[in-house]
Order: sequence, then structure tokens, then C-alpha cells
Amino acid sequence: MKVAVVRFPGSNCDADAWHAAKDAGHAVAFVWHRSTDLGGADVVVLPGGFAYGDYLRAGAIARFSPVMKAVEAHAKAGRLLLGICNGFQVLCEAGILPGALARNAGLSFVCRWVTLRVEATDTAFTAGYRKGQTLRAPVAHGEGRYVADEATLDRLEREGRVVFRYAGDNPNGALRDIAGITNEGRNVVGMMPHPERAAEALLGCTDGAALFALAGT
Amino acid sequence: MSARPRAGDPAITPELVRTHGLKPAEFDRIRSILGRDPTFVELGIFSALWSEHCAYKHSRPVLKTFPTTGPQVIQGPGENAGVVRLGDGWAVAFKMESHNHPSAVEPYQGAATGSGGILRDIFTMGARPVALTDSLRFGSLEAAHQRYLFGGVVKGVGDYGNCVGVPTVAGDVCFDDGYEGNCLVNVMCVGVLREEELIRAKAAGPGNPIIAVGARTGRDGIHGASFASEELSAESEAKRPQVQVGDPFTEKLLIELSLELIQSGHIVAIQDMGAAGLTSSSAEMAARGGVGVEIDARLVPVREEGMTPYEILLSESQERMLVVAHKGREAAVAAICEKWELTSAVIGRVTDDGMYRVRWGDEVVAEIPGRSLVDEAPVYHPDAREGEAAIARRARPLPATPAQPDLGAALEGLLDLPTIASKRWVYEQYDTSVQTNTVLGPGGDAAVLRLRETPLGIAVTSGGNGRYVWLDPYEGGKAVVAEAARNLAVTGARPLALTDCLNFGNPEKPDVFFQFREACRGMSEACTALGTPVVSGNVSFYNERPGASVYPTPMIGMVGVLGDVTRRVPAGFQAPGDAIVVLGHCNGALGGSQYLSWMSGEVYGAPPRVDLAAERALVDFLVEAAGRGLLRSAHDVSEGGLAVALVESALAGPERMGLRADLSPLSRRVDAVQLFFAEDQGRAVVSCDPARLEEVRHLAAKRGVPAEAVGAVGERGGAVRIGVNGWTVERPVGRLAEIYERAIPRRMERAAGA
Repeated sequence: MKVAVVRFPGSNCDADAWHAAKDAGHAVAFVWHRSTDLGGADVVVLPGGFAYGDYLRAGAIARFSPVMKAVEAHAKAGRLLLGICNGFQVLCEAGILPGALARNAGLSFVCRWVTLRVEATDTAFTAGYRKGQTLRAPVAHGEGRYVADEATLDRLEREGRVVFRYAGDNPNGALRDIAGITNEGRNVVGMMPHPERAAEALLGCTDGAALFALAGT
Repeated sequence: MSARPRAGDPAITPELVRTHGLKPAEFDRIRSILGRDPTFVELGIFSALWSEHCAYKHSRPVLKTFPTTGPQVIQGPGENAGVVRLGDGWAVAFKMESHNHPSAVEPYQGAATGSGGILRDIFTMGARPVALTDSLRFGSLEAAHQRYLFGGVVKGVGDYGNCVGVPTVAGDVCFDDGYEGNCLVNVMCVGVLREEELIRAKAAGPGNPIIAVGARTGRDGIHGASFASEELSAESEAKRPQVQVGDPFTEKLLIELSLELIQSGHIVAIQDMGAAGLTSSSAEMAARGGVGVEIDARLVPVREEGMTPYEILLSESQERMLVVAHKGREAAVAAICEKWELTSAVIGRVTDDGMYRVRWGDEVVAEIPGRSLVDEAPVYHPDAREGEAAIARRARPLPATPAQPDLGAALEGLLDLPTIASKRWVYEQYDTSVQTNTVLGPGGDAAVLRLRETPLGIAVTSGGNGRYVWLDPYEGGKAVVAEAARNLAVTGARPLALTDCLNFGNPEKPDVFFQFREACRGMSEACTALGTPVVSGNVSFYNERPGASVYPTPMIGMVGVLGDVTRRVPAGFQAPGDAIVVLGHCNGALGGSQYLSWMSGEVYGAPPRVDLAAERALVDFLVEAAGRGLLRSAHDVSEGGLAVALVESALAGPERMGLRADLSPLSRRVDAVQLFFAEDQGRAVVSCDPARLEEVRHLAAKRGVPAEAVGAVGERGGAVRIGVNGWTVERPVGRLAEIYERAIPRRMERAAGA
């Protein structure tokens, strides 16, 4: 598949996502945020980092980047879109996914390995997992506490759109332990943990590799 | 046309010279260089470039004694960073720098801008930064102000590194009354490059344009370099405006921009506008290249209206670079800057007359022979004499160890010391895995990164035991280098070279200069013995606290290489039943130990002596054993001694392991307390598959390293049981983990005023 990794000024996990997608056998290209053309990509990845320094609020400025119009159209057309960490924050700011990522409950940046439970396997990104399976991956964020109003949370649960939940250690105080969600069409996934950092045995864990394999497509 | 005073400049009075930190003799020298009185702008320029921070006035003759060469060295001291060969055409650029005074006044920004500055020193060599380490020293965490400093510094280091996407993977933190009133904040950056991509900060080619790139120049940080060259005092709080403010987002863009500029071939040289800003960057580049420069300060992009040339030249606004481009490539350079949304402006050109000339439109406001600024700074040879108190401290006899020692209480007490305890509270605020190269992260003795597309691994560590140096500068100087090498070798890495940050008090005090000279002598000997030359570094003098100097602390950042990164050895025990082996001699050294100060509340005695031949043998053994896959874990023995090292090995693995060990066979000459807590150098705790124990023993014998099998790794979550001479300490590993993990959070959760 053709994978496009968007680079905002301040993205810093762009190369990591590139490598993870490449290692999974895809053709991967970077797309600069000023571009309005995604190069015919099947899958778009918004990587982690601090787009525009996360000044104002994480993702708040990046959502106005020229590339975001094309990203929105890509998502609306039902094509695959993955937001990791800062990418998830951008997707929520852009309204492509519901809710928001607030300051961590502990008020500090937190980087550590956490355990995730796979709650939904009906997305292309999680089709390679079993429901209820637990994965390990690092988190690395200061604003990762998923929040939404009760009605939205209930709806996400009801529709099976919570994709990942923290199992045991919730590092940021996310409501209902939510670590990742999907949209109604199940073609867009946003998550705070970094599967691209858990995709090689040398780095201690390969649990994240299946996410980039896109077994469901 | 010679430089003339501008309307509105203050008169050059002795008082003005004094507030610029220049001595009367130095001012006379300036007058003889110029053949006239300096202008206000020129006075500012000399003040910055002849500050201790920039000119190394007191340290240069001593620094010249360091070994700086070796087959692995591509670039030694004198550039923005040292560069060392890794193999396969790859090289590593690294340097460590202090940001002590700014951090003592404004911990968050002081630490953040320290990270920013050292990052720029690395990527201006053409290297992509791959790792940061930080070594921090504070007073006791029992004091609210120290908790404020510690919290602010950690957040500052973290926020900056996290945002630019460079993992902070190693370092150390100590808390000691010896740092009360003057914390130490030393950050190392490590970058990788292809050997052929190395670029040096050397201006060349008369007529080539000089371009300012990056953030605009504001009024922040004026005279920061001079501020760093005086003692902190009650008035230092008022100097908070001399601390700059960092913008890591701009820095991230600068990294990408600079690397792209270097690869484009459009530029000749690039340098950070760091300490003393535009002045030092332009003067240093010119001096290295043996050329002159002419700058029109009016062309420098500024943040605010009405800035004077004096302010523009001496501003330390962050995230700015100075570039010398090839003539005719100005537009190409501007296009790359535009892509990264950063300002650039041609502000001057390289000349062939050797003069450092600054214009303000048609006026010449400074005109100084360039070499005089950098090469003719005064050099001092201060008196060096050890203080009576220091001699007495070292000679003071240690108390007899108790006949009925409560080893368990002591072990728990030491694990609860913030200096020894887990630093998880610190490193979880740092992004340690971005860039997906971190093979061994923080929590061990050194971090290991893989070098993509090669079999190689890079090991990095930083630290330095100031107590030992305070008690015996020469032995302590040897110890800081030896410990750094050991920290690398336990991971299986061959130590290559080091950078240092020499944090000392006021060098004009004979006892301080004695500490400095002797510590450097010890370091030099250790560098030679271990084959690790000094390739970069910095000196931070004037680290004084009320009534005394801080612990003299040479911080070492060392880099090593693993030929096969898959052979890296973690610090923690891996499997129940593995044999535990203690390497090295136990002589029972308790002078200056954590045990002694925990027990008595005082720091005294002679610190452990360092046998450099034994250190070299241990390093060679560890590297070879790792390369042959003999070891499951390896951990250096340092503060807290062997018992603490054993517990740390039990806690550092993927799961907490119990252990059974009997230390009695290690020595018949020393007692139980010494076997548990002595801080003899040249030791490590390793574990191996019992089936390979004989091979380990055999190799150790061949290398001349004492190796004693003392026990075995226990069950997951089991008991830690350490016996000696009939005494036994037994604790559930979970209990020890609780003490070790909670020591720092427990103190930091206290209310600020408590």
C-alpha cells in the first residue's frame, strides 16, 4: 500500500512512523504540511511530535495547515487515516475524531511503557489483533488525557469505537482509560501510545508491528 | 577609518570597565591592542570574549595537559564539539556543557536553554542529534528551595528535549549539601554523522556573505557569558533578565534547516550564536579561519525597535545561527530558510584584512584586530595550594564500624537516599524512546542506541562523583573517568572518548585552583590508561555557595561503541538461577562513602583509590565477555557499595528478582559493613547462565580480574538475601523496591513550604 506520513513543522516522530510503515512492507512517502496533495496515498499517518510547538494547545495550529483539507477529504472518502500522539491531538482539534486531549492528570510529561487492551478489531489498523489482547507500547506526552462529554463517551462505547484502553496503569487520567478511538466509518484511528516505538525486537517489543501491517485491508 | 564612539554612549570610566568584569591590567592590554580607548561597543565585545566563560583565562594551561588524540579522534577540542570515529564511515559528535548559574536563578529556562545550546553545538558539526544526557547536582531535597530547583530543572530539560524530538537517555542526579546555593546543570548532546559530512566552524573566502539565520535578536541574555563568570550572590536574583528564554519549536526547525544547509553545499561554515551571541560566533569563526569579518549590525533582524549595536552584538537570544555561505548562493540559502519558515538576512561578509569590524550603516562602531579577541585573551597561572581544612578532612580517621551492625536498616536507609534511589521520577518526564533507537534506556549505568542500517551500537553515559574530588582531587579525578568507562563497559561497549564539564569554584582562590589542577591531573592519567582522550568540554568556574565553593565536580560524558548492538548487556538480572559474580577487589573503602555520611551526617576520610591498570583490565574483560555473549547482566558498583549494587541489579530487570548471595568469600580482611557498603572502585556485579560460569571465570583469570561467584538470582518477586560472616539481611524484593522507587516522589510530593 501507499502510505503518506505528514510532516508539520515540529513533527518529530515522522521518521519513526516512516520506518515502521516501511518495515511492514509499504511504499512510504513524506508529505510536507504546505502540500495540498497526498500523492494518491491509501493510508495517511499524522505522526507524533509538537506541531507548531504545541503552542496555544496541542494540535490547535496544525489543524489549519494547508494539508489538513486534503486529510479531511481523504478521511471523508473512507480512506485510512492514523493519528499517533500529536497526530491524534490534531485529529481531535480538526473535528475528525470526537473529544479532546487535555493536560495529563499528573501535570507532567510522562514517558513510559504501558499495557493496552485491544477493544475493537474492526478497524484496518487493529484487524491483526484479537479482541481483549494486551499489547505493550510507550507513551510520551504531556497532553494525553482523553476527555469528552458523557454523551460522547457513552456513544463511543455503544458503537464499539473505543479501540484501545489502558490496562492497569492509566498514565494520564484519560476518562474511561481510553487510549485510542475510531470514527463512525472505522477508517480513522487516533491513539496516544506509540506503536511505531514497539515494532522491533531490538527495541524490546514487537506488539505494535501488526498495526502497521494493515491486515484488515 | 577607525571606530568612533556613538552619540549617547556612556563614557569609558574605570567604573564602567569594572562592571564589564575587566581588570585594570586587562583594560590596559585592550588599550595597547587598539592604540586608543575602546568604544562602548568594543568594551562590550572584549568583556564578553575575554570573560572566563569564553576565554578560559584561568584554565587554558591546565586543559592543554589533557590527552586529546588517538586513532579514533577525528576532531579534538577547539571546535563546537569533538568528533570520534565509530566504524563503517560513521562518526559521533558530542559535547557537554554547563548551565549552572542561569539554572540557579531561573531553573526552568536556565536548564531548557542549556539543552538548546548544546544541541546547536552538535548539529552545527553536520551531525543529527540522537541523544541527550543530563547530570544534575542539587542541595538536600529536604529543603523546599532545592525541590523547587530540582523540579524546575527537570521540567526544563524535559520540555526542551521532548519538543525537539531528541531522547534524553542517560545521566545522573546527586543531592548533597555541597551543592546548596549553586546547583549544577550539565547537559551532553550526542549526534551521528557520516565522516564526509563533517563541517567545521571556520570562516573562509573573503567576500563570502555572512548570514544570520533563525530567531530574531532581542534584548534577552545580554552579558550572559559575563554573568556565568562571576560568583552567584544575593544580587543574582536581580540578574534573572540575563537568563534567556528558549523556544524548542524554533530549535527543531533549526536542526532540520541546518542539516539541509550543510548537505546543500551552499555554505562554508555554521555556528551557534551562543554565549556572547553574535560577537563570539563571528569572532571565533573568523579566528579559526584566519580571516577578518565585517558586520553591519543594522542589518541583523531584531525583535524590537531601537536596539543599539551594543545590544545587538551581545544579546544571547536563543535559537540563532551564523552562517558563512559561498558567494552567489545567498538566494539558495534564503530559499531553504523560507521552507523552514525561519528568518534569514545577510549581515556582513568575510574580509581579508584580519579585522573584526562592526558597522552601523556608515559608521564604524568597532574595529579590533580579530586574533586579539580570541587568541590574545589574558592567561593566568593562579596560585594552587591545598587548604588546611581539606588536608584535615582527608586525614580524619573513620569511626570503628559497629560490632553489632544493623545491616538491614543501613541498606534500607541507603536505598532511600535520593542520590542512590531510583531516578524514575526524573526520566519519566523525558522522552526516552523517540527516534526509535533506544536499545537500553535510562535506569542502568549507560544507555545504548542502535545505529540504523549498521550492526553498531552507541553507548552514552554521564556523571561524576564530586565528593571524592572534594576529599582528594587527584584520586577523585581518576575516579570520575574510570567510573564513566566502567559504566559503558558493563553494557558491552568499548569506551572511545570523553567530553567534560569542569565545575569548580572561584579559581582565584588557591585551594580551588589546587582542586582544579589536581583533578585534571588525575583525569589525564585515567584518560591515558583507559585510552579515552578528551575531545571537547567546558569549564565552569565561580560555582560558589555562601561561604564555600561547591564540591569540585568534573562531570564526564563518555561515548563508547558496540560492534554488535545485539550483544548489549542490561544492568538488571534476567533469569532465576543465574549465577551472580562479583568482579574486582574489596578493600573496604568507606572514606567519603554514602554509608559514612548516612551514619555520621558528615563527609570525610580518604576516598577510594583508583588502580588504573585494574580498571583497564575490568573494562577489557567486560567488553570481551559481552562480545562473546557470556553475560546476562552487568552493573557497576558505585555509591552505596556492593549491597546496593546487588539490590539495584535485582530491581533493574524486566521483573523484580530475588537473590541469594554470601559476600564472605570476597575478603577475609574486611568486616561485614565494609563488604556491604564500601565503595572500592573497579568493581561490577554480573550474572550469567550457570553453564557458562566456568568460561566467565576463565576469561576473568586471563584478564587478571578477580571474579568470585557469590550466589544466584532468585525467583520473580522473591526475597533478597545477602549474608556475610554469619550476618544475614533478608527482605522481600517488593519492599526494597518500594523504598527505592518512592524515595524521590515521596519528597517531591511534599507541599512547597514544608
